[in-house]
Amino acid sequence: MDLSTPSADAAARPTTTVAQMTYAQAAALAVQRAMEADPAVVVLGEDVGRGGIFGQYAGLQQRFGAQRVIDTPISEAAIMGAGVGMALAGLRPVVEMRVVDFALCGMDELVNQAAKNRFMFGGQGRVPLVARMPGGIWDASAAQHSQSLEAWFAHLPGLVVVSPSTPQDNYSLLRAALACGDPVAYIEHKSLWGSSGPVDESLVVPLGKAATLRHGDALTLVSWGRQLQACATACDALAASGIGVELIDLRTIWPWDRDTVLAACARTGALLVVHEAVQAAGFGAEIAASAAEATGCRVARLGAPRIPVGYAPVLEAQSRIEAPAIEAAARRLLERAAQPR
Amino acid sequence: MTPRQSAAEQLGLFRMMVRIRAFENAAEAASQGGVSAYGQQAGASAKVRGPLHLSTGQEAVPAGVCAHLRASDYLTSTHRGHGHTLAKGADLTRMMCELFGKATGFNGGKGGSMHIADFSVGMLGANGVVAAGLPIAVGAAHAQKIRKATPGDNVAGDAITVCFFGDGAINRGPFLEALNWARVYALPVLFVCEDNRWSATTASGPMTAGDGASARAAALDIASVQVDGNDVVAVHAAARRLVDEVRAGHGPRLLHALTYRVKGHVSVDPAAYRDPQAHAAALESDPIALARAQCVAGGVPAEALDAAERDAEAEVAAALAAADAAPWPSAQDAFADVQTTGAGQWI
Repeated sequence: MDLSTPSADAAARPTTTVAQMTYAQAAALAVQRAMEADPAVVVLGEDVGRGGIFGQYAGLQQRFGAQRVIDTPISEAAIMGAGVGMALAGLRPVVEMRVVDFALCGMDELVNQAAKNRFMFGGQGRVPLVARMPGGIWDASAAQHSQSLEAWFAHLPGLVVVSPSTPQDNYSLLRAALACGDPVAYIEHKSLWGSSGPVDESLVVPLGKAATLRHGDALTLVSWGRQLQACATACDALAASGIGVELIDLRTIWPWDRDTVLAACARTGALLVVHEAVQAAGFGAEIAASAAEATGCRVARLGAPRIPVGYAPVLEAQSRIEAPAIEAAARRLLERAAQPR
Repeated sequence: MTPRQSAAEQLGLFRMMVRIRAFENAAEAASQGGVSAYGQQAGASAKVRGPLHLSTGQEAVPAGVCAHLRASDYLTSTHRGHGHTLAKGADLTRMMCELFGKATGFNGGKGGSMHIADFSVGMLGANGVVAAGLPIAVGAAHAQKIRKATPGDNVAGDAITVCFFGDGAINRGPFLEALNWARVYALPVLFVCEDNRWSATTASGPMTAGDGASARAAALDIASVQVDGNDVVAVHAAARRLVDEVRAGHGPRLLHALTYRVKGHVSVDPAAYRDPQAHAAALESDPIALARAQCVAGGVPAEALDAAERDAEAEVAAALAAADAAPWPSAQDAFADVQTTGAGQWI
């Protein structure tokens, strides 16, 4: 197995298959296809043999055996660290962290080891590792099972950060992550596993490429993950008032698609970034600042208040960004944009 | 005692030990004034900059263990890793170049002493984080096991991984997680605890419950051997048996080598916190002096030992000159080998 080149990618399959499936099924299919194409791809993590707690590995151990779909102890540091060692020794591990909150128990292994290995050893090795660490609010799961930490990982040189929002993107981006050869923080959303949609196995989605979901001239709205659903609802309400919104699903947090976002900002003159993560020092701040610097557009951010996610419905709701809040933020931004500077 | 090694083996072990000692003595001298710590202020003149962790007095452990290894075996190391690196077969000059921060170093000047590595001989890296090498080692051993069972894979059928760590590392969680993991999956890994009695500038004893690495291994059903880590003959013999068992597929083993850190935590640490009498007593059991006596008893001519020391000094002198003359990395090299996806998007 040659570490210097990405594994053979079967994405360009001769026959195009489009099937309706869930976000979890799409992920399992992506791993299955990668494992079929390359014996170096292995999975390790808690409960993966039974399909994973969200069904995101369903059927894989039956198909590929316990040697390649490895049930592990509750040892996040060892799971992530062993993934690094496996990658250095010629494998392409999918490292399952269960939820991003638990991945924090493997942070030295991701941050100091996986992310820095290639650089600090002068390019002697590569760490082609995909760390799956589902994020976001999971209903009634409270402070330690509900975090959105993509900005942490975006801050780390060496890492790729991905946040898919649809079954198609979860299939295609997971294939891309497994093929890219870099360590990837792959952040699926805990509340999207059952969401359904068409998946075309032949569709290639490159890392670092955003998707423009709606076109409009009044405002650019950037979001990712499950938060896009509320954004789409807000866009409907704004459209009813004749406000056309350019809605962009960032999909890859790092490297983020500056070209697509900045071109839209230059055209619309106003940018609203909405994310489920805490607003303070969130990745929206990076996008807003970049857009303002590059295009001079008006910018606004909308994220969660800097409070832990609470359990009781009324408490949890304080951390959710719902459509009316997005619509109101958009209208405030447009009012501001209409004022002379 | 009749040595269990041939005279040639003994001379080989001695030669490796004096190479490690000579390298570290030179690096130590070149590092003075290279780091702001312990009341000293770094200046621009030092050739070796930043923290330099010396394994002076511990040379018997890497020499005795790595004599049984091949390039196809993996090794993970610690922040005190010069000896492991040399003993695994890495080139001394390229290691000195790396300590000098030069483009010709193993890492192109990107790592320095704390991240010394030579993947070409299976040395997967020193590590700036205590105990961080343990999970990486079990992952490498796990990959070896998987690849041995994969049809058509070219991995050596009896390849193993050796994991060096210190006594301070056994108080970090990854030690437990990695040993448990290795035993659960019956991995081909040899854990080697270099018990040098110090955790940075704190004595390990009062900070450690129980009887240390070998006792904790026993709790996880991993067979271990405790050995005088300053006796290279004993280390070599114990390691041979353990390496053979690991190669034969019997699962993980642990070697608990009792040694002593002669220098401070880093090269500019005078280690004034140590008891002078205890320190002086510990210095009496210098592993190189003992190895010399064992060699002589085993029939190695004293002239050969003297020549080995002269050779080591000459090799190190040449390495210093080469490192001094070598080019610096270019500023652009700071942007190479960060990541492929998104390369160029630095802001």
